[in-house]
Amino acid sequence: KMSEGNFTSPLYSIFIINKSGGLIFHKDLVQRKVRLTSNSYLQIAGVFHGMYAITSQLAPTKEVSSGIKTLEADCMKLYCFQSVTGTKFIVTTEPNRNDVEINEFLSQLYSLYANYVLKNPFYDLEQPIHNCDKFQINLNSLIENMFSVSL
Amino acid sequence: MNIVDRQLPDKKSKNEVSLSAYTLLFSELIQYNQRKVTHIKELERRLADIGYSVGVRLLEYIAWKDKGDKYLKRETNTVRFLQFIAVTVWKLLFGKAATLERSMDKKEQFMITEDSTLVDKFISVPKDMQGLNCASLVGGLVEGLLDAAEFPARVSTHSVSVDTQKTPRTVILIEFNASVLAREQKYSL
Repeated sequence: KMSEGNFTSPLYSIFIINKSGGLIFHKDLVQRKVRLTSNSYLQIAGVFHGMYAITSQLAPTKEVSSGIKTLEADCMKLYCFQSVTGTKFIVTTEPNRNDVEINEFLSQLYSLYANYVLKNPFYDLEQPIHNCDKFQINLNSLIENMFSVSL
Repeated sequence: MNIVDRQLPDKKSKNEVSLSAYTLLFSELIQYNQRKVTHIKELERRLADIGYSVGVRLLEYIAWKDKGDKYLKRETNTVRFLQFIAVTVWKLLFGKAATLERSMDKKEQFMITEDSTLVDKFISVPKDMQGLNCASLVGGLVEGLLDAAEFPARVSTHSVSVDTQKTPRTVILIEFNASVLAREQKYSL
């Protein structure tokens, strides 16, 4: 998906997937070598949603297990946070990143979503996030503050 | 005992309501009204009407509750009453004061401005509804207060983009009826 190289931001991309597996938000913070169409992003989100469900079933524990929390690869590391309502917040970062910091970012992202998307009367639930300007503005500030990136 | 009948736990929180609870209710209010109207201006008008009925009742409530045993003295001067609104009422409702300005060229025009309105905080207006300002509710509230206090005026809410911040600033424009100014002049209040 992405080749190695020095990227300007430690955070590569952000995805938000609704409870039925549809991609509702996506943001790329670095340039990809291979350009993906919007359809590919939807497919990727769907596949991840399926994988998450499978892994939570596969866990060899008696109690209910969560799905994929982190996924490490050579060129990137992926973190996923699923809320109690089934909405997944996914972030891909450079490898060897501090887990605690990224998990903190994910919970801040969840809080931004709850505030600026869910409380917006002009947003239809479970639909792609189009017009929530305040969400975008505050998300950019959060990224700039946490990772010292200029957007 | 029913949870609704119980006292609020904290003395400090007796006057406070959760912002999230309010915002979700306000969001539903807007969606409900949106289904019944066809233009943006009509939606703003409806929100203003709702604010008006709140404002009319609010004056009684503040006059009674704010001072405890003593009653609030009835204000008869326009500027002082507007200051009362911009500072006391605003602090009671939103926890902070707004700025009151007087128009340079028109003597009956005043403006209450706020960098960011609390009622509007989590609402992002989509691009195809650009003219809408949900703070019209607050404009209506001010109109209700003024009418209840016998200062009839025309009140309108506007958003003004400023360079210093990304979201526009809210301005509530108040134009008093000629009768109010004439009365002030006559009795030199």
